[in-house]
Amino acid sequence: MTGTHASNQRSSSSSAESAGSKVLDQAGMSWFLATARHRVENLFEPGSFVEFLPPSERVVSPHLDTFGLPSAFDDGVIVGRARLDGTDVLVAAQEGQFMGGTFAEVSGAKLVGLLRAARDNAELPRAVLLLLDSGGVRLQEANAGELAVAEVMRAVTEARSAGVVVVAAVGGRAGAFGGAGLTAATCSAIVVSEQGRIGVTGPEVIETNKGVEEFDSKDKALVWSVVGGRNRRLLGGADIYAEDSFDGFRKAIGEALKRASPFSLKSLRAEQKRLAKRAKRFAACEQAVDMWKELRVPDPAAIRDMDDASFIALLEKHGETSHDAR
Amino acid sequence: MTLDEVLRSLFPKGHTVKGQGACVVGAGQLPAGGEIAVVGIVDGQPLSPDDVLVLGQAVLDVVEAGGDTPILVLVDTQGQVMSRHAEMIGLNEYCAHLAKCLLLASREGHRTIGFEYGGAAAGAFLATALATDVLVAVEDAKPEVMDLPSMARVTKLPLEKLMELAKTTPVFSPGVDPLFKVGAVTTIWDAKQPLAEQLAAALADASSEDRRGALGKERGGRTVSADVVRRVIEAAGATG
Repeated sequence: MTGTHASNQRSSSSSAESAGSKVLDQAGMSWFLATARHRVENLFEPGSFVEFLPPSERVVSPHLDTFGLPSAFDDGVIVGRARLDGTDVLVAAQEGQFMGGTFAEVSGAKLVGLLRAARDNAELPRAVLLLLDSGGVRLQEANAGELAVAEVMRAVTEARSAGVVVVAAVGGRAGAFGGAGLTAATCSAIVVSEQGRIGVTGPEVIETNKGVEEFDSKDKALVWSVVGGRNRRLLGGADIYAEDSFDGFRKAIGEALKRASPFSLKSLRAEQKRLAKRAKRFAACEQAVDMWKELRVPDPAAIRDMDDASFIALLEKHGETSHDAR
Repeated sequence: MTLDEVLRSLFPKGHTVKGQGACVVGAGQLPAGGEIAVVGIVDGQPLSPDDVLVLGQAVLDVVEAGGDTPILVLVDTQGQVMSRHAEMIGLNEYCAHLAKCLLLASREGHRTIGFEYGGAAAGAFLATALATDVLVAVEDAKPEVMDLPSMARVTKLPLEKLMELAKTTPVFSPGVDPLFKVGAVTTIWDAKQPLAEQLAAALADASSEDRRGALGKERGGRTVSADVVRRVIEAAGATG
């Protein structure tokens, strides 16, 4: 999608470098730096994760070879079921380090299958976790990828209508851009960490198309303030803020699972109202910090340097919420 | 096709479709009787958060009114707006909101028809045309996920090679025909024939069941997707 993915396919490695290599013990280990496989193996109760169509089945992209690109035996998406603190869940995890975690024919179909399974089979867990880490659509499979996003979005709303809670979690190196950004906003609830970036068109693509005056993609602080997790959570674009660790994500996802916001005329009327209010309220804001001031954050410039605990405390009073308005 | 040509050919019995910025909203008279609600993003303009609010409101009003009035979504847009401000306030939520309004309408018994007669790209494509039950397009429409020169830049493949591949590989080529082959476009309309009749046929065929996987397989443009979906469902079922 208009190069959204572009930015992420390119920028993921540089953002990883900037984060350094702070791999700590298991519980405190960085979610941002972990691979998708590491996430599904360590987020859940030990031994509870069962994979559908594992790499041994070699379900690979039939298209990458055409472009002279290597394929992966899971096409960059892992799907399965597991148990999170006593709750059975279905789970999908995108590997941001393989083709930017992109939606493509096979990777997208795995997500669609998982969501339709939840929609149709009441014997399966009534919760789906989407551990998003994606720049959007895989351009080498642009039509199949774009269509897969459309199928995923429809399946998410159908699963929600069938009473399934669908939770998106964003905190990986590729963020959630393009189709992944739209997918996140289609879910019942969204978890984000400070490093989790959410948007449609990536900063680099906006800069390429509209000029550096519109968006200077090399200005890290600016990019952080526009698409970063703290801005998203403050405005209500994400529901629950997670610390960048396995414990942090486990706790935040656990909270999100309790938010079975129905998909209905009522919830979309509420979302319409919420988004209209936001567009109006921040229409004149040039910078994210102006929006935070508008939210009556006492010292908006300090958002940048405060630790997670202080930020979470601040959210209680100043964070917008979107409960039942998605 | 221009918007005027589209509306004239679609609604010989008249319509109340009016412009509102980059959007149109209103209703058209169906030849067989009854009305179809019309919303659209037109004249090749970008889809902005404000446009989403106009269109979302109109779709939710149709749902609120009850009944089974179908909805036609006219699409001719260059894509979602590219701006720092729109991203800053959460453009992803706005785009998803419009898609969700259309998906809700479909679920509540309003058949939704997307009509791609101009451009479409990226998130705006997902928010509008791809969120309908049936997507139709005229031959000379120009939908694309991304244009080939930009694709060449991002994928670091020579443009000549991409252009060569595009001739034989519908999975990534821009345009109506490749999107038909992968199952995104249900039917290609003939712009020289009255659109009213073709719309009646699309309405008769509309279903809220997502059939795009089967279409892509039948047409040879997306051969493995449907099977992967089925295998995941079976594997999940085996653990149920």
